[in-house]
This record gives sequence, structure tokens and C-alpha cells, in this order.
Amino acid sequence: MLYIKCPYCGMRSQNEFSYGGDATVKRPELGTEVSDQDWDNFVYNRKSLRGKHWELWQHLSGCRQWIKVERDTATHEIFKTLKASEEVS
Amino acid sequence: MSQSFRLGNVGLINRDKKLSFKFNGVTYNGYEGDTLASALLANGVHLVGRSFKYHRPRGFFGAGVDEPYAIVQLYRNGETEPNIKATEQELFEGLEATSVNCWPNVNFDIGAINNFLKIFLPAGFYYKTFMWPKSFWYKVYEPFIRKAAGLGVASPKHDKERYEHKYEYCDLLIAGSGPSGLASAYAAAKNGARVILAEDKARHGGTLLTSDVNIGNQSGKEWADRIISELKEMPNVVVKNRSQVFGYYDHNMLVMSERISDHLPKTKKFHPKQRLWYIRAKEVLISSGSIERPIVFGNNDTPGVMLSSAAKEYLKVYGVLVGRNPLIFTNNDSGYETAIEFKKNQIDPIILDTRKDPQSEIVDEAKNLGINIKFSYVVVAAQGYKKVKSADIAKISDDKEQLGAIENIKCDCICVSGFWTPTIHLASQSGNKTKFNEDIDAFVPGTSKQNETTLGAANGSYALDETLKSSFETGYELSKKITNNDNKITLPNVVEKKSTTHDKFWCVPLPDGKNYKRFLDFQNDVAVSDVEIALKEGYRSIEHVKRYTTLGMATDQGKTSNLNGLQLVSNIENKVVPNVGHTTFRPPYTPVSIGAIVGREVGKHSKPTRKSPMHSWHEKNNAVFVDAGVWLRPRYYKQGNENLFEGSKREAKNVRTNVGVCDVTTLGKIDIKGPDAAELLNRVYTNAWLKLPVGKARYGVMLREDGIVMDDGTTTRISENHYHMTTTTAQAANVLSHLEYYLQLVWPELNVNVVSSTEQWAGAAIAGPKSRDLLQKLFPNSDVSNEGLPFMGYTEGDLFGVKARIFRISFSGELAYEVNVESDNGNFMWEKIMEVGEEFKIQPYGTEALSTLRIEMGHVAGSELDGRTIPYDNSLEGLLSKKKDFIGKRSLTREAFTSEDRQKVVGVVPLDKKTSIPEGSHLVKDSNAPLPNPKLGYISASCWSVEHDNPFSLAILKNGKNMIGEKLFVMSPLKNKVIPVEIVSSHYVDPKGERVRS
Repeated sequence: MLYIKCPYCGMRSQNEFSYGGDATVKRPELGTEVSDQDWDNFVYNRKSLRGKHWELWQHLSGCRQWIKVERDTATHEIFKTLKASEEVS
Repeated sequence: MSQSFRLGNVGLINRDKKLSFKFNGVTYNGYEGDTLASALLANGVHLVGRSFKYHRPRGFFGAGVDEPYAIVQLYRNGETEPNIKATEQELFEGLEATSVNCWPNVNFDIGAINNFLKIFLPAGFYYKTFMWPKSFWYKVYEPFIRKAAGLGVASPKHDKERYEHKYEYCDLLIAGSGPSGLASAYAAAKNGARVILAEDKARHGGTLLTSDVNIGNQSGKEWADRIISELKEMPNVVVKNRSQVFGYYDHNMLVMSERISDHLPKTKKFHPKQRLWYIRAKEVLISSGSIERPIVFGNNDTPGVMLSSAAKEYLKVYGVLVGRNPLIFTNNDSGYETAIEFKKNQIDPIILDTRKDPQSEIVDEAKNLGINIKFSYVVVAAQGYKKVKSADIAKISDDKEQLGAIENIKCDCICVSGFWTPTIHLASQSGNKTKFNEDIDAFVPGTSKQNETTLGAANGSYALDETLKSSFETGYELSKKITNNDNKITLPNVVEKKSTTHDKFWCVPLPDGKNYKRFLDFQNDVAVSDVEIALKEGYRSIEHVKRYTTLGMATDQGKTSNLNGLQLVSNIENKVVPNVGHTTFRPPYTPVSIGAIVGREVGKHSKPTRKSPMHSWHEKNNAVFVDAGVWLRPRYYKQGNENLFEGSKREAKNVRTNVGVCDVTTLGKIDIKGPDAAELLNRVYTNAWLKLPVGKARYGVMLREDGIVMDDGTTTRISENHYHMTTTTAQAANVLSHLEYYLQLVWPELNVNVVSSTEQWAGAAIAGPKSRDLLQKLFPNSDVSNEGLPFMGYTEGDLFGVKARIFRISFSGELAYEVNVESDNGNFMWEKIMEVGEEFKIQPYGTEALSTLRIEMGHVAGSELDGRTIPYDNSLEGLLSKKKDFIGKRSLTREAFTSEDRQKVVGVVPLDKKTSIPEGSHLVKDSNAPLPNPKLGYISASCWSVEHDNPFSLAILKNGKNMIGEKLFVMSPLKNKVIPVEIVSSHYVDPKGERVRS
């Protein structure tokens, strides 16, 4: 079970969180023209990366904040966590 | 039977407490502090089971967790449990156990014929033989194999025992309370660290209990006892025995199973049987020791052949002789310790040492005691079927390849020592890259991936002074890092006998003309010849060899077999062992009961139960409840002998003719506040929200980004910047997360707050033509006329002194209202509604009537909004705004979503107007078409229309728009039904929606 540092609550066990997918995907702005390909990429197409990966988690049973977590998908090592408002560097 | 193999005065058992127990129906005696194994051995019982494949007689091989054979079926307090190691099960009064894997009994086992057919049961036999014909597997092969094999039977009864889970955090978790565990725990605890010290056995001390050493002028055992009692007094230390740390998971999370009551005849009241600990440790110290490894020779599985360390433990801890005529077969000094213990108790052992001329203190001591030692000798084969009777021995050449003349000597047990294998399972599970240590011919932990350190024998360090020194040091250093304290304790003086190097000999060659089975893996019956076949057939990777031969599999996980298996592969392949590599060690290290894993989340405790504030009223009024997610909701209120069908029909009819009340507390509610609240709603709902006035409600549909309907519900504008959103019961949590996602990540610029208020409000839906009359009486001071409170209107009122929210919304399709009060007043509201409603013939209605009402009205709900349908499919396309963008809109332009014959919700009526249509049935054009019959759609929900008094269903049907009036067939192969039906509009009652506006 992972041990995740919530930027608001501190170190918490994985069972307080829910996983939310790739944190680098940006939703196209509402009201803009989006090509079929771009839309497909946004809705469906994800890379299953091996290695460092920025992903979203929600601290569901805690502060309910969505956070960004940089995790190694092969080793589960967590390098950094960010608030939703902070940009992935 | 008397305990004829029990010594007079030796051991740590409590001779004042005699216990009686039964094994295979025979009654024996033992003492408190015995294991089932030691008590049986005290009574001279060596035959305890049959081997897995060949059904050869099997005895005891180890004295603890390493035992591969002595697995029994245990009977305790009216329950039975399989897969119990006799070497771990502590004796209690009245214990009963039986052998497994034998039929009809352990002395005469029909399966033993496999032993004589063994030439037909080579490696991969099952793969090769039982593949064809395919149909034979279920009918012939599997039942036969199951009967003949298997390691016990699970109880079919509900387990009444209680199992618990516990979460714990500590600075240091120390797995194993042998010398290194005790020393590191002591050093760390004295330095202020929070320590958990776990020991899998009942007694702490590990090898200190059996070895002849002196620490600080105390015997090893006395020192261990003192350290443990000091640790137990310290507030920063948790000391646990009977607790196995069996799994090392990510981020230093370890799981330990504590056997709290297994050693008692019966679990004490309010106590659990076992407790599973989830421990998050800052640092982990693995002091799990080592397991002696066997030397491979002919018939080395005969009962009476056992590890030399086990023989020593039975003697020193339990005062039990495993034989009176022991033969010790060793390649190192450890075997001598066992021999010396025998000798001290007036038993004359013979030592066969594979070494030519070893020089060490301990060898000298054996010589001085006059023990008969034969150097450069090996056991070629054990003789005897159900028990060792003698041994064929021979001199072995210096190159270890040539055997001299075979001699036969009498003996009643053979104690084997092939040196020691560090227990690296936990380290390996943590991701540690293990490395091969040439000095000890075994793998030891290498580079740590997590915060773990392996100490002592588990790290390949077998000298006590070295172990204690490094363990004290490690305990101190790690605790200093965590606590910043600097209390260092002085190292005690250690006296131990120095030993010399072992011989790398591990397998006795076969003598000419003999074909003895030489077992590598005792639990899975894998012999040298099986691995040879696997390699001959082309298996190379050790992982493949493992699976093909079953070497190192099952509950044993290769504890005694792993390294000898690797040695064999490396010999044949001409590789060195590290290049062969070892198979992956997987948790659990030892078997864990399912009960412990499940914990208390059993039956109705497997999920929380949520009840509305009106629950006790429902109970008192004969409600029959149904699970709605985690909620308990009344399904119908039973009157007399009514069944569900009759009751729900009566309730639904009463709503259509008079007035009914339904508990809708379970609906998800989200409180939305902020200047941008309307903008948020406008973006997540498909319809327009910017112009909704205060005091008005609106129905809305929410999509996922892929265009699929996520949820629906009404949202009401309570005041300028305050909205009250409702969701379906099932989707409440998901919708809140969904809103939070967009607010926090996508549109952080929106100034809105959302919070769940589901449990803050109790809700009652009042529906039926007389609902307005009732409402007027409930709220005499409010204007609830059609003009004062029109359809989709909202007002606040005073319900006999209680503040209430009144929404004019309808799910039943009737004139209807929903009244919300704060949860604490829920019951008051309900009772008032029932009291005042009496004159209008009010009846409460449950979820079944609720469904009936919405189905015949054609209102879609969860069974249509099932995660596969878009708004069009549910005839909700009128709610899709063309002017604005919203979540999921772009996806609705996908080709499949816009095709002409897209599926759509329709109504379905059986032609005979009598036959009920099973939900989930398929709609087809021709009921006699050859299979697979093309499916046109499926029945999503069925009811008995109370308006029309005939069955009515909703269906999602291909090209539904153009199918009204068509005659189709409903097919339900599950219920074996074919029903001719007509497709009608989904709005079966009041298609113009006049009633809700009346």
C-alpha cells in the first residue's frame, strides 16, 4: 500500500485516496473547436508509461482535494506531490 | 500411550500441566508448551502424512515454519481448519488432528501405488497426460486428482470466530526475536525509538534457546529472557509472539498475522482468533534467521530423516528424543552440536562428516566426548518404509564423485545438516536485489530498495559475537537517525565455540545400479530426476523449471528446497548458482488464514449500512427492506399476507388515486454556493442554467467527457448564489468528486464551493392527486396553490414549528412535492405527514412502487442510465443545449452516436397483456431464427402498470424511434421464456405530462 504525501494533510495511506489518471492531460477549453484526433487523444488515448509519471489522486477520505503525484510506475517510488493549483514542472 | 521418547528433565515445557489430545483417532498425552509435532514425537509417532504426488509415508522434517510435510487437518471447538503445520500448532487440551493427503488412512494409503508407478509420474506428468481428450478433464481427471491429492479440506460452515485488523505505525519494525532481533530492539528502544518486535514462535530467543553460548555471564536463554522482560516494560516497545511478519509491501508497509487464540482450546470471550497488523515502519530490521538445508541422498524423505537443528530443538526445547539410535549426517559443524546434545543425554550418536579432516573447537569437543565420527562418509540411502530402520553409508572420495563399499548400519533417525540458508524472503519481497555469497553457498540481501536492513543469520552472519555487535550498532544508528537521541549501551561479553568452514557438498551420487528417489522439494515431491528431465526437455529459466516441476511452489515456497534445486540446475547447466538466479519470493511467507485477511468485514459488516432518520418508523410499520447501495430502503410495507407484487401494486395504485409518501432521504444532495455557481451548473449540465430564477428548480442531465450519461437530478436555486443539487442515490459520491475535479483542476477560476449535504436533510416525496390538499394542511401558512407554487417551484415553509424546504418536483408523474427538513426532524415530519394525511387515505410506498410509477411514466433511471447510454438513447436529447458548450458535448458528434438507427428507449407490452417480462431479456425479430439470433435491444426495467393493469416494460431498442407499433419477441433463455410483444411509446401514462402541472 502506497504512502502518499497529501500537500494539505501530510503522509497518508493509499486507501484514503482514489486514483485519477494522467495529470498532464489538459482539457480543451469549453467552446473551442477541437479536431476529432485531438478530442480522441483527450478522452481516450493514454500512454501506459513505465517510469516517472505525473498522475492525479483525490484525497477522498481526507480533505477531498485533487493532488498531483509524481510516481514511478515500475517501482512505486513517489518523488513529489503538488497541489492541484501547482504546475507540473 | 506413554511419552516414551520424553527425557526426564530437559526442556522448556510445563511438566505440571499434562494435556490429552487425539491424532488420527488415537489419544496421546503431551505437556503445556509442546507443539503437536513435539508431543507426537514424544509418543514415538513419526508417520504423519503422505506425500503429495507419490503418497510416500512422511514424517517430521523441521521444527517450525520450515516444515514441508507435517501438515494436518485441525479440529478445534467444533470447527475444522486445513493446512496447519504440526510443528507450529501448539498443543492444547482436547486438540484433535488428522493426517491429510491419504485415503483411506495414513497407514494404508491406496495412492501409494503411485510410488510404484513413479516412472509414469515424471515432471510435467499432469501437463502431458491430462490434456486429452478435453472433455475428460471435468468428468474424469479432475475429480480423481482432487480426491487423491489436496492438503486438507476447508470447512463449509460459517466461521464464527472473530478476526481483527489493526493499523500501526512505528520507528522500527523488527521481524524475528533471535539474537539479532533482541539486540537491535534493545539498542533502539533504549535510544527512545518506537519499536515493534515480532516473533513467529511462542517463545522468544530463536537459536539462543538451543545453542550453548554465554552472553554477559548468562546463558543465551537467560539473556534472551532478561532482554524480553525489560523490553516488555518499556512504553515505547510492543513485543509480540505468535506473530509472523509475512509480507513486505510498498513504502515500508508490512503485514503481520498474530495468532491470538490458536493455541487455546477455545477463543476467549470478546477476543479475536487472529489479528492482522498493517504496520507502516520508518525502518525495518529483518532478523528472520536462517533455515538449515538438507543434503540430498537416496530415500531422504523417509520418516525419521530430519534436519539436525530440528532434532536439537526437539531435545532442548521440548525434552524429546527423535530417536535413540541417531545418525548425524553433516557437512559442517552444526551437526556436531546436535550430536553433543544427544551425548549429554546418554544417547550415542554416530556422526558422518563429508569433510576429510575438519579442525575446530566443536569437533574437538565431540571427539573428547568419545562420539563415533566417520570422516569423508556419506549416507547413500535411508532404508525403511514408514520409519528409518538403517542407513546405507559409504566412504566418499576427495573429489566427492566416487563412493566406496556400501555398508549398512542400524539407526532410527538420520539428522541432516547441509549448512544454513538465510531467510531472505522479506528482504526479497521489499525489492532488495539479493546477491550470492560464495562463503555460505546462499543468497543474501544486497542493495536495499526500501528502508530495510537485514541482520545476523538472515544476512549470512552465523557467529554470535559478530551478530550481536552489528545488531546493537544498527539498532543504535537507526534509532539515532529517527529520535536524535544518543544513548548507547555497552556490548556484553560473548562466549561461543568457534566453528570452521563447511563443505560445499550437497548431493550424494547414486551408487551403481541403484535408482533411489532423491528428493529436492519434499512438499511437492520433486526429485533430482524430475529436474533433470525438465532440463533435458529444454526448460532453461529457473522460473520455468519451477512451474514445470513444481519445485519451490505452494505453501512451502522453497524454504528447504530452493538452494539445492539451484545447485542441481547450475551443475547440469555448468553455470554458477548466481547465474541461474533464484525464483521470486512472494508474500505470504507462510500461509495466512482467509479469516485474518477478511477481518471483521464479514456478512453485513462487509460494507457500512446507512439508514434514514425514519428507519425505525419503517420497521415498526412492516417495511420489507432492500439494499440500495449502502442504504437500506423500504421496498414495500407489508399488509397481512401480501407479497411484494401485491403490496407494491396496492401502494402504486394509491399514489395514482389518492396520495402516497415515500422516503427519499437517500437521494444524493450537494450544497453549491458562490457567485459562479450558475456558471458551474451551466458547464456540467447539458441544458441552460444561467437564467434559472431564485425559487425555481430545474431537471438536469450530466455527461461524462465521452458523452455517456453520468447522472440526472434536479437542482434548485435557493437564493442568489446558493443552489441545492440532487443526484441519484447510487451516483452521489461520484458526482461530488466529478464537480470537485472540474473546480479544482480545470476551472480553478470559478468561485464556487460544493459540499455533500445528503445526510443533513431528511426527504419525503408526497405524490398523488390529493397531495396538494395534504400539503395545504401541513403548511397552512404557505401558498401552495398551482399559482403560488407551480410545477418546478420552490418555497420554504413552517411544518408545525419545524423549518422545511418544499420542492414541487415529481418522479412518479403525479402531482407531487418533496419536503425536506433537517435530519433530526425527519421522523417528526414523517409522522405529521402520516397523521394529517389519514383523511386523504395516505399510504407510504416503497422503492418497488416508486419504480412502477416511474417506469409506466417513462422516466429513465439507473437501469437506463447504466453507463452505456447517451442522452438520445434515453429520449433526453431535448435537454441538449445548442447554444453553449458543456462537459461531454463534443463526444456526442461521434459517428456511432449520430447514426440514423441509434438505439432509443421504448415501451414494451406483451401481446397477451398478461405475461410479465423478465428484466434483462433480449428483443428479437424472429424467435425461431438460428443462433446467434440477432439482438435488437434489451429490457431495462419491468413493472405491472397499475394504470393499465397489465405488464409494461422499458427497453433500449435499436432504431427505437421508428419501431413504435412493431411486433417483436422478448427472449429470456435464462427463464426459458419467449413472449410476443408490441413496441409502444415509453410514456405509457399521461404522455403529455399534464398531471404534474395540474
